[in-house]
Amino acid sequence: MQVPAQFEYAKATSVEHALRLLGKYGPESRIVAGGHSLIPMMKLRLAQPLALIDVNDLGELARISVEEHRLCVGAVVRHAELLASALVGEHFPILHDAERVIADPIVRNRGTVGGSLCQADPSEDLSACFAAVRAEAVIQGPRGQRVVPIREFFTGPYQTAVADDEMLVQVRVPIRSSASAYEKVERRAGDWAVAAAGAALRLDGDIVREAGVGLTALGAAGFHAPEAEEFLTGGPASDERFDRAGQIAAEHCAPVADQRGPVAYKRHLAAILTARALRRARKRWHGQRNGGN
Amino acid sequence: MRISVTVNGQVHTRDVEPRLLLVHFLRDELRLTGTHWGCDTSNCGTCVAWLDEVPVKTCTVLAVMADGHRVRTVEGLADEVGLDPVQEGFTACHGLQCGFCTPGMMMTARWLLDNNPDPSEEDIREAISGQLCRCTGYENIVRSVRWAAEREAGHAERAEELAREVQA
Repeated sequence: MQVPAQFEYAKATSVEHALRLLGKYGPESRIVAGGHSLIPMMKLRLAQPLALIDVNDLGELARISVEEHRLCVGAVVRHAELLASALVGEHFPILHDAERVIADPIVRNRGTVGGSLCQADPSEDLSACFAAVRAEAVIQGPRGQRVVPIREFFTGPYQTAVADDEMLVQVRVPIRSSASAYEKVERRAGDWAVAAAGAALRLDGDIVREAGVGLTALGAAGFHAPEAEEFLTGGPASDERFDRAGQIAAEHCAPVADQRGPVAYKRHLAAILTARALRRARKRWHGQRNGGN
Repeated sequence: MRISVTVNGQVHTRDVEPRLLLVHFLRDELRLTGTHWGCDTSNCGTCVAWLDEVPVKTCTVLAVMADGHRVRTVEGLADEVGLDPVQEGFTACHGLQCGFCTPGMMMTARWLLDNNPDPSEEDIREAISGQLCRCTGYENIVRSVRWAAEREAGHAERAEELAREVQA
């Protein structure tokens, strides 16, 4: 029987209340929402926070909206809600591609977008998706709100830019194009990725004007592949160039061998999945959705 | 900490430790042992019960999180009239052997049918993809859910066909 160590528990009634509670309980307290990363870690005693601040009932953080040409996703939006949102699917199909293969439907009913990002697990899928589409994290603390580019949000495995007295309140993505896609290889339904790649494209005729490449479980700093993005930008959106971008992403990432596979296999997947995601994003750009939803 | 949780329509108030998991609250505090306790790691899904409107894995939810909320367990499926069609489907199509995964499977099946009254085999398999059955190979669970869908749509004959397939 797995039992967490003892802790104090408080239910927040607003963001300001949650921040006050964070101040009261100090750096050994943790924000909890879905709890599907934190509670298992507490059961294994890998985490022993002295206090949990429950933000599940904060309706103000549970909204998905478009404001000023940005898709805004509240931190407490459940994975299932992101997947069910037509607004999200219309603007960022990459997020729906990923959500279909994140954990399982029951876990997705409880786990939250903000929780997944704050866990900063190197194998977490949304991190690479949001990196590919250049999202921004809105962080709130006692001194007000600040905005951090998602690529600078992740400061290391299980580490983020959120300070002890702050909390993530929203992820927002500038709406630039709807051409994005995510490709993942997993050992079985609901498992973490062996490797995965996300792509976002903005084209001008046949020329790539902007490219985003996100990598999951491949040891890429900030969950993205800047060298591949740089290579793609300004060139033709051709299969050949996409394959080469995949190879560049594979060369520059830093996967580690584990029970999900050796390094060479993961690099192979990095190249293939990057190229595949780019092709699927291009197809969406051209509005040909048949064959690759 | 004092919490009040509405379980299957009835309010229960208890003093609990914040670290008590919802599955143990249901089983040990309320003696509702229909919700099973399995892997303890949110993988197997035998502990699935509804929190408000959706099924969740109760081994990964704190009982205190359910304070002021509604929970529905397998004991809340049947009403005074009789068994839920999902329960009848599992009976008619032999949807269980050892029965360990069954409460979780049925709670997910009820949720699926409430949201998608005519699910395809693929829809059903996707819905239960976070739940493990080591007996049936899932074939008869899928049939059982289809049986309930046919019954609720008023297609008694098609439901009977599904039940006969199992005996064949």
